[in-house]
Amino acid sequence: MLKYLFYLLVFPGFLFASVFGLIVGWIERKVSARVQFRVGPPFFQNFYDVFKLWGKEIILIKNSPYFIFIIAPIIAFASVIMTTTIVGMSFFYHVGIGGDLIFIIYLMFIYSVCLILGSSSTGNVYSSIGAGREMKMLISDELAFVMVILVPIIQAGYKIDLTQILAYQNANGMIIGTASGIIAFIVGIICLQAKMGMVPFDIAEAETEIVGGPLMEYSGPLLAFWKLAHYMMYVFLPMLLVILFCGGMSFASFGSIIAGIGKYLLIVVIMILIRNTNPRVRIDTAINFFWKWASPLALIAVILAIIGV
Amino acid sequence: MAFYNKIIKKSIWVFHVSASPCNNCDIEILDLITPGYDIERFGIKLVGSVRHADVLLVTGIVSYKVAPRIKQLYEQAAKPIFVIGIGTCTAGGATFKTSYNKAGVPLEKVIPVNAYVTGCPPKPEAMIDGVLKLLGTLK
Repeated sequence: MLKYLFYLLVFPGFLFASVFGLIVGWIERKVSARVQFRVGPPFFQNFYDVFKLWGKEIILIKNSPYFIFIIAPIIAFASVIMTTTIVGMSFFYHVGIGGDLIFIIYLMFIYSVCLILGSSSTGNVYSSIGAGREMKMLISDELAFVMVILVPIIQAGYKIDLTQILAYQNANGMIIGTASGIIAFIVGIICLQAKMGMVPFDIAEAETEIVGGPLMEYSGPLLAFWKLAHYMMYVFLPMLLVILFCGGMSFASFGSIIAGIGKYLLIVVIMILIRNTNPRVRIDTAINFFWKWASPLALIAVILAIIGV
Repeated sequence: MAFYNKIIKKSIWVFHVSASPCNNCDIEILDLITPGYDIERFGIKLVGSVRHADVLLVTGIVSYKVAPRIKQLYEQAAKPIFVIGIGTCTAGGATFKTSYNKAGVPLEKVIPVNAYVTGCPPKPEAMIDGVLKLLGTLK
């Protein structure tokens, strides 16, 4: 019991995910700055930002259901902590809870649903547009993402535990080495981009177009919850991809630990580079892309996995 | 409070309010986020929503039509909030000093102001200096 509380609150959970997420957020801002020939923010910048938000005022809208407005970021934050804990448990301790992947898919869904609920409760025009776009992004990337997750499940012999997928990869080599694995991995990175709301799929938050979208009416600590939850997604999404396709991290030797961290950082940097070299697409282009190209590609990967290639 | 002020100095989110300007100062403000000046290294970031802002950068003479909206915008912002008037317009009217339509010259007739950065338009260096000097007065 105490052990699981420790998992939830300290090591792969709340404390670790907050600190590490803010650090990865700094890496993202710094790499983007270097790509654009800028200097970029100092190392503790994200910590300052979040701390500052805790001291600001919360503004509620008088004629709105503000209970939903307040509770949405807290639920989203909690669900992201849970997801990070479960992914981190398999990543660091090789401990599963049984049926991890189904749990993770549902919890990731909750984050987007909370974003939609919280932003549409305000009645702000830009927030409503943002909520609608978030919903469209959800229905466009969810199918492809679930099919990407199916590939390791099928290859590992229809197991939905992350630990069993890791055990399969330890015995038979990484899933990314197979034909279906590499296709699924590429589609997976694109889906991660959409899940994170990064360029080219930052349509919901489009800062230059609908000025922050869903987060527009949030201020103070509630905004800090959203920011923290968003930075924590930097922790668990690439980690999930490393577990599913690249064999996770083992603590057998110093070299294998470095290799595990290296795989994680490589995926993060690939995501940041995609973010910096692409323009934002329109919402119809994004749906087209996911339903006409990404999902069929993922389906091909699933069929290849069933055949056994 | 002293510790909080120390942190807020390092993370300033700026909202750009254009209150009937001639557009000259606005272009200079956007200069600040280009690679040449890169105010992100001081933790300063332009945000799109006034709810996220710590500093309002107001440009232009505030005309009678805009004045109530500026007041509303100030009330909508999450406190603590600081206001900086950019350009000579906000302080003394500059080219428009004889205009019939100036409600906010100087700007503190409309909303409380913490600092002015004068110039027509002020150089980006002057604006960075102004923001950092204002933050230096925080204790």
